[in-house]
Formats: sequence, C-alpha cells, structure tokens
Amino acid sequence: MNMLQACLLLSSALFCIGLVTALSRSNTILVLLGIEIMLNAANLNFIAFWRFSPAGSAPATGVIFVLFSIAVAAAEAAVWLALVIALYRHQQNIRLQEATRLKG
Amino acid sequence: MNLTFALIAFLILASAVLAATRRDLIHSALLLVGNWLGVAFFYLWAGAEFVAFAQALVYVGAISMVVLFAVLLTRRMRTELPLLVATRDRVVSAVLGGAAVFGVLAVAVLRTPLDTNPAKPAGSVSMLSLGQQLMGPQAAAVLIVGVLLTVSLLGAVVLASSDADGKEGAP
Repeated sequence: MNMLQACLLLSSALFCIGLVTALSRSNTILVLLGIEIMLNAANLNFIAFWRFSPAGSAPATGVIFVLFSIAVAAAEAAVWLALVIALYRHQQNIRLQEATRLKG
Repeated sequence: MNLTFALIAFLILASAVLAATRRDLIHSALLLVGNWLGVAFFYLWAGAEFVAFAQALVYVGAISMVVLFAVLLTRRMRTELPLLVATRDRVVSAVLGGAAVFGVLAVAVLRTPLDTNPAKPAGSVSMLSLGQQLMGPQAAAVLIVGVLLTVSLLGAVVLASSDADGKEGAP
C-alpha cells in the first residue's frame, strides 16, 4: 500500500462517516454537517491525486479544483441554513420527518 | 507509513466519528470544526498551502459561524425527543449501508494499480503560478463562481426573511 492509497482510504472512511451521519440523523443541521463531511472527503481526493500524480501532468489543476469546490460548498451551506430557518419558522422544529407539507 | 499522516488521519476520523455520535448539536458543530482543521492540516502536509488557508478561512471561520448561528436560532426546547424505534432502525440501516460503501471503496482502492510519483517535493505550486492560472485560463470560472455566490446569498436572504405582509409565519 503506497501513500496515495492511504490517502484514498482516509477519504473513503471520511466519506462513509458523512454518509452515515446524513442518513441516520433526523436533525436538519446534522444532515448538512454530514454532507459537508462528504464534500471534504471529495476535496481530500483531489489534493491526494494532485500531490501524488505522475510528473508531466498539469501543475495546479487539483488545487484549482479544490478552490472552486470550497466556494460552491460555501454557497450551498448558506442556502441550506436559510432553508433551515424558513423550515423552523413554518413548523417550529427542524425534524426532517415532520417536513411533509408538500407530500401528495 | 508517515507518522504525520497517521496523526492527521486520526484527528480527522476521530473528530468526525465523535461529531456523528453526539446527542448535543453544539458539541457536534464544535467537533466538526476540529474535523475541518484536520483537513486543513492535511492540505498543509500535502503541500497545498493556499488551499489549506482557504479551508481554514472558509470552513473554520465562516461556515462554522453560520452553523452555530443556525443552531442557536433554532434551539427552543432543551428536552430532547425520545429515541424512536423507527429512528433506531434507520440508524442500523444507515450504518450497514455506510459500511457496505466503505467496503466497496476500500477494495476498489486497494486493487487498483496506481501510478504514483512520491518523489515530488512539497510546495510545488507557487502562489504566483496559481494566481496566473486563476486570472488567465480560469478567469471565466472565477467570474462564474462569483456570480454563483452572489445569487445564492441573495436567495438565502430571500428564503430566510419573513413575508412582508406577515400573513404567514411571523414568529
């Protein structure tokens, strides 16, 4: 097992922790935190592949990818937390099971 | 195996597991700050200093503050709801699903022959070349990300503000 595989295993474990968090909790904010953990795992993959890539590939592609990914994650977190506050105003709690107003 | 890498991996995974299992939301949010700091340390270890500082500024500085604000704004009752049976079933199935996904990913990573170059020194991309890349070939993407951030923040303000006539949802 070389270093790149260790980094990929680390990001896989982080991704699965985020997946379990997002699937198992009923609090909307904790679901957001699980999704952020998964995004961080993807960014770890970008940096690991950039760091251990063979010589001759593009010099800064992974770093630029991660910068844009962080910007999109910030926008996503802002919109999600606005949704949480709107949900709280409508139903006075933030449990996902009770957000069934649009259910057909 | 590198000792620094092992320490960083332990910090990242331990804080993530602890944050996923706490009952108190404040504890989870603060432990997630530790997780994001660990990821920033990983970027520093890998030689991507600019990304590490961007991670520390955006996640540790900004997103954690937004999350803590949301926690404090939506916390009303101290008494937690009792753990329902359906919730326990969902936790078990989520853990099983996550373990299955990790098994598939781990086997795929370990079985794939990866062509690596471990001899590359750290810090191989300078700030100057990064800025020239961002302002030269990637300038359109930078502009699009700026527009995306503006639109999403305006949308967040519209979503979070109450109605002007107050016919619904005045707290």
